Amino acid sequence: MKPPPFSYAAPTTLAEAVGLLTEHAEAEPRVLAGGQSLIPLMNFRLAKPGYLIDLRNVAGLSGIRREGDILVIGAMTRMSEVERSPEVAVAAPLLAEAVGLVAHTPIRNSGTIGGSLAHADPAAELPAVALASDADLVATGPAGTRRIAAAEFFSGPFSTALAPDEILTEIRLPLWPGGHAFVEFSRIHANFAVIGVAALIDLDGDRIGRAALAITGVAPTAIRATAAEGVLAGADATDVTAAAAEAAGATVAGLTPAGDLNASPQTRLALARTYLRRGIELATSRARNER
Amino acid sequence: MAPTTCTISLTVNGHPHVAGVEPRRLLVDFLREDLGLVGTHIGCEHGVCGTCTVLLNGASIRSCITFAVQADGAEISTVEGLAHGAEMHPLQDEFSEKQGLQCGYCTPGMLMRACEILAENPDPTPAEVRSAIASNLCRCTGYQFITEAVIGAAARMRATKEVAS
Repeated sequence: MKPPPFSYAAPTTLAEAVGLLTEHAEAEPRVLAGGQSLIPLMNFRLAKPGYLIDLRNVAGLSGIRREGDILVIGAMTRMSEVERSPEVAVAAPLLAEAVGLVAHTPIRNSGTIGGSLAHADPAAELPAVALASDADLVATGPAGTRRIAAAEFFSGPFSTALAPDEILTEIRLPLWPGGHAFVEFSRIHANFAVIGVAALIDLDGDRIGRAALAITGVAPTAIRATAAEGVLAGADATDVTAAAAEAAGATVAGLTPAGDLNASPQTRLALARTYLRRGIELATSRARNER
Repeated sequence: MAPTTCTISLTVNGHPHVAGVEPRRLLVDFLREDLGLVGTHIGCEHGVCGTCTVLLNGASIRSCITFAVQADGAEISTVEGLAHGAEMHPLQDEFSEKQGLQCGYCTPGMLMRACEILAENPDPTPAEVRSAIASNLCRCTGYQFITEAVIGAAARMRATKEVAS
């Protein structure tokens, strides 16, 4: 189908964009980034915003930079730019690996980092990356700019801590010194993942010092796998097989996923167990430079 | 709400256009209905099938989930821009010779995606081509002949480049 009519503006400053959101609040305005999630919803008429505020001309929202131990990515940075960035590959390899799993190249050429995070699809990869990385998300609204911890950002399926008049401007990812892995299961190559796992493992000699894990597809939003992280702290990193299985089991024991057309609750639990284990093993061996 | 009209200026296959469009006008409909470039096909209209694939500043995009206003200031390439008069693009020749199409519905999108694939990697392996064209659905060929056509076109284009240099 075709999208319903709407009014449109492409402001050149963030202040102007925020002003338009406030001014046209009664039209239920939406921010347009790459449009790769919003426009399909509008074509299906599942979303009917009366006003679209396109960020493509707003200066300063796109780009990748380092601020000390933080990698900062502008919200309007295209996924394919992140995928190809040597800086991201070095500073946030978990993000680089995850972005490569988001849909297909033509979607990643338009789709943006900020758009995916603000859309907050429960099956999406980037929320899991933000959670596992303890990222901060930066938003600007009429009252100014604030940082929101990823742990506070994702409040439900397609809903976030962003107020209706706030715009996500950047994501700040602390550098992780250890190994990473993003692994997922999807029924068809590049489809939405049924289960996705983001894993970060830091070593303390031959032992795991710190583990940060997030998983999609088992709850209304991506969640941290804190029980598994607890099991892994101090585990022998030279042979992580048993600890990985125990850690996966600890998290899976606390999950009650809903079933849908893609997978029953039982299938999701089995996949969660397998992909948590695989993510932990791969991140650990990468931390040890084994692969 | 009265629909407003936005003025956009863009280049399509090297030709500049200035046009008034409703904000909700999808790029694919702008190309087909407003410019009469019906080579770009519409399939699923929600970004899944890839038959509407065009290049925006050289990068493949889904024109069914892109508003025409988002292409303001951009250079768009469609299947109509591939051939030079009667001389087909090497990809078109190879798709024809290797039977890289049956019904032809996916072909415009496949060709434009293949342009991007070969611009990024002039010598891809069959596995790399298969992985890259997974973005575009074909329900006739099983992809084997499409892969062979892209590999064949890559060889031709490399040979042409060597002669030229």
